[in-house]
Amino acid sequence: MKRKEAVRFFSAMVLISLTIALGGCSGDKQGDVSSSVITVGLPQDIEDSLDPHKAVAAGTREVLFNLFEGLVKPTSDGDYIPAIASDFTIAENGLVYTFALRENVKFHDGSTVSAEDVKFSLDKCADTSSGGPLVAAFANISEVLILDEKTIEIHLIEPDTEFLAVLTTAIIPASNPNPETNPIGTGPYAYESRSPQENFIVTRFNDYWGDKANIEKVIFKIIANIDTIVMDLEGGSFDMVPRIPKSQADELSDSFNILEGTMNLVQALYINHAAPPFDILEVRQALSYAVDPFEIMLMVSDGKGAEVGSSMFPAFTKYFIEDLNNFYSFDVEKAKELLSDAGYPDGFSFTITVPSNHAQHVDTAQVLVEQFKRIGVTANIELIEWESWLSEVNTDRNYETTVVGLVATTLTARAMLDRFHSENRRNFNNYSNPEYDVNLENALASADDLMKTYYYKECLRILTETAANVYIQDLPDFVAINKKFGGYEFYPMYIQDMAKLYIVD
Amino acid sequence: MGNAKNYNLIIGGAITGIMLLFMLTGFFYTPHDPNIMNAELKFAGISFNHPFGNDNFGRDLLSRVMVGSFNTLYVAVLTVLCGTFFGVLIGALTGYYGGIIDEILMRINDTIFAFPSILLALVFVSILGSGRNNVIIALGIAFIPGFARIVRSEFLKHKKMDYIVSAHLAGIGDLRIIFRHILPNAAPVLLPAVMIGFNNAVLAEAGMSFLGIGVQPPDPSLGRMLSEAQSYMFRSPVMVLAPGIVLILIILGFSLLSDGLNKRP
Repeated sequence: MKRKEAVRFFSAMVLISLTIALGGCSGDKQGDVSSSVITVGLPQDIEDSLDPHKAVAAGTREVLFNLFEGLVKPTSDGDYIPAIASDFTIAENGLVYTFALRENVKFHDGSTVSAEDVKFSLDKCADTSSGGPLVAAFANISEVLILDEKTIEIHLIEPDTEFLAVLTTAIIPASNPNPETNPIGTGPYAYESRSPQENFIVTRFNDYWGDKANIEKVIFKIIANIDTIVMDLEGGSFDMVPRIPKSQADELSDSFNILEGTMNLVQALYINHAAPPFDILEVRQALSYAVDPFEIMLMVSDGKGAEVGSSMFPAFTKYFIEDLNNFYSFDVEKAKELLSDAGYPDGFSFTITVPSNHAQHVDTAQVLVEQFKRIGVTANIELIEWESWLSEVNTDRNYETTVVGLVATTLTARAMLDRFHSENRRNFNNYSNPEYDVNLENALASADDLMKTYYYKECLRILTETAANVYIQDLPDFVAINKKFGGYEFYPMYIQDMAKLYIVD
Repeated sequence: MGNAKNYNLIIGGAITGIMLLFMLTGFFYTPHDPNIMNAELKFAGISFNHPFGNDNFGRDLLSRVMVGSFNTLYVAVLTVLCGTFFGVLIGALTGYYGGIIDEILMRINDTIFAFPSILLALVFVSILGSGRNNVIIALGIAFIPGFARIVRSEFLKHKKMDYIVSAHLAGIGDLRIIFRHILPNAAPVLLPAVMIGFNNAVLAEAGMSFLGIGVQPPDPSLGRMLSEAQSYMFRSPVMVLAPGIVLILIILGFSLLSDGLNKRP
C-alpha cells in the first residue's frame, strides 16, 4: 500500500511542477474536452507510409485499422463480416466472388464509395508494374469487373480458400491524389493530423455507416522513452498503452485496468541465412537447443507467454502445431555436440540486432546472451532505433540475427509463411529452401482447404526441422488502460480497435 | 589559508581513493558474475550474499555496480586523456605561435564549443555507430575545445613574461620552451580543469548510456543501470539507489579533490 501512496505522491508532485512550469503556455486544455479524448501510447512513429496499401510495419497497420476498411473486415472472433460490401456470394468453383456494395458508405471527404473506387483500390494492389503486387495474394486476380454501380465481381485464376481474408484490403477513393500524406478511408475514425515523432490524431467520423465510435478523438502519441511508461500513465500523459512489459504493469496503481491477452506474433531470434556461420544447419540447430523459452518467459514476463516452435502463433489453432514446440527441447549437451559437428567446438561470436524501443525484445535478447554463453557462443547485443531497424535489417538485410516479433497482416497462414519463400521480397531472413518453396507453392495453389492446410503444416514443419529461426514465444499482451475507459477488445491479429471503447460513468 | 588544513583535498582524496579501489576491484574480482541471471532472485532485496540486492533478471547488483563503475571510469579516463592530450597540443601550439593557424584552429574550436557536448557526441555516434569505443572518441572530441582554450590563454600570458623572453635570448628551442618551461607553469590551472572535465565525462557517459548508446546491454555501466531501473523504481528502489549513490560518490570525490587542488597554497 505504501508503494501506491508513493506513486500517487510522486505523480502529484510531477503534475504540480508541470502545472507550474507549463501553466503559462498551455491554458486549461485538459478541462472539459478530456472526457471524449483518449491518448494512446505508440511504441514507434508511423514512419513507413500512411497509404494503407504501402504500410508494412505492424505498428502502422494497427493504427490504420481505425481509418480504413475493406470489402470485409475482421471481427474480434477471427471471423469476417461484410463492411463496404453488404453481401457477397462465392461461385461454386471458387473462382468468382460477387460483392454487393453497401448503400451510402461515405469516405471521410464526404464522397460516396462507388464501384470505381473499389476497382481502383483492388487494381492498385494487384498492379505488378513496380515489381510484385502490393498484396501478394492479388497476383491471383484475373480481372475485377464492375457489373453495375453497386455490384462488383472479382475473377480469380486459381481457387483460393483464403481469398476472403485478403479482401480486408483497404478501399480508398480513386480521386485522392495523395494517399501517402492525406489518408482517406471509410473507417470509424478520420485522419486529423500527424506530427512526426510526436503524435497521430484521428477524430470520430460522424457519417460512418455502422456503429459510430464513442470517443470523439484519439491521440496516438509516440512513447519517447519505454522506461518511463509507468510515470507517463500515472501522470496522465497516456490513458492507454498496449503491450507494456509485465514488470511495468505491476507498478501501476489502482486507477488502471490491466487487460491480458496475447500479442499474436512469433517472437524469435530471426537469422540471416546469408551470414556465415548461420548457413550451416547444425549451427542453427545448436542455437535452438541452447534456448530455453520458459526461462525467457520467466525473466521477461514473470512466466507469462506461450511457447512457439515454428512461424505460427497458438491462437491460430487451425495451423498451429503443438508438437513442434518440443522439437528442440532445451539440451545444452546436444547443442555443444552439434556445434562440434559443425566445426565450431569452441563456439563463435555473433551480433544480435535489437530495436531499442521494444522492451520485451531487448530483455529477451539479454537472456539469450546468457543462454548462448552456456554452449560457449558469444552473442553481442546491438541496440538500434526502430527506423534503422526497418532500413538496415528489414530492407537492406545487413545483419546477423535480430530479435523481433512477426505478425500476420491478414488472418491467413500465407501472411505468416510466404515471406520464407526464397523469392519473396519480404524474405529478410534470406531463407532459401527448394523443398519449402514447393510446399508453399502447393499450398497457395490448392483449391481444397484440407490439402491447403496440409501443405501449410508441411511448411511449418520444414521451418522447424531446418531451424530456420530460433523460435521463442508468443508474447503476453498487457494493455494498461485508465479505468475511465471500457470496451477494449483483443483481436487475433495485431489491431487496436478504438471505435469500441467507451467512457465509463 | 596557509595553516588551515585543506579538508577538501583530504576528504576528496579519501572518497576518490575508496571509489577508485572499488572500481579497480571490479575489474579483477566481483562477488558474483555480473551477468548471470537467476529467476529465483528477481527483485530480491538486500541480503548477506547480495549486499545491494538483485535486479529484474536476478543479477547481483553489487557486482554490476562494480563492473559498471569500472566501465564508466574507463570511458571517463580515456575521454579526458584524449581531450587533454589534443587540447594541450592545440592550445600550446596556437597560444605560443599565434598567427593565421591560431585564428583558424580557434574559430573551429569556438564552433565545436558552441554545441552542447552531448549533442555533439550524439552526432558522432550516429555517424560512427554506437558502442563503448565510439563513445570515447565522440566524447573525447567534444572535450578538446575546453582544454585547448584554457591552455592557450595560459600560453598567451606566459609567453610575454620575462623568463620566457630571456629563455629565447639564451637560444633555447621552441619545443623545449613550450613543454619544459611554460607547460609546467600552466599545470595549476590545467589540473583542476582536468578534474572537473573528469566529472563531466562520468556524467556524459552516464547520460549517453541512459540514452541507449554507449555501453551495450547486458554489460553494465552506471548510466545503463539507472536507465534500466526507471521501470522498477517503486518495486525495487535499490536498483536506482545502488548505481545512483556510487555515481554521486564518484562525482563528489572528484569535485572535492579539484576544489582542494585549487586551494592548495
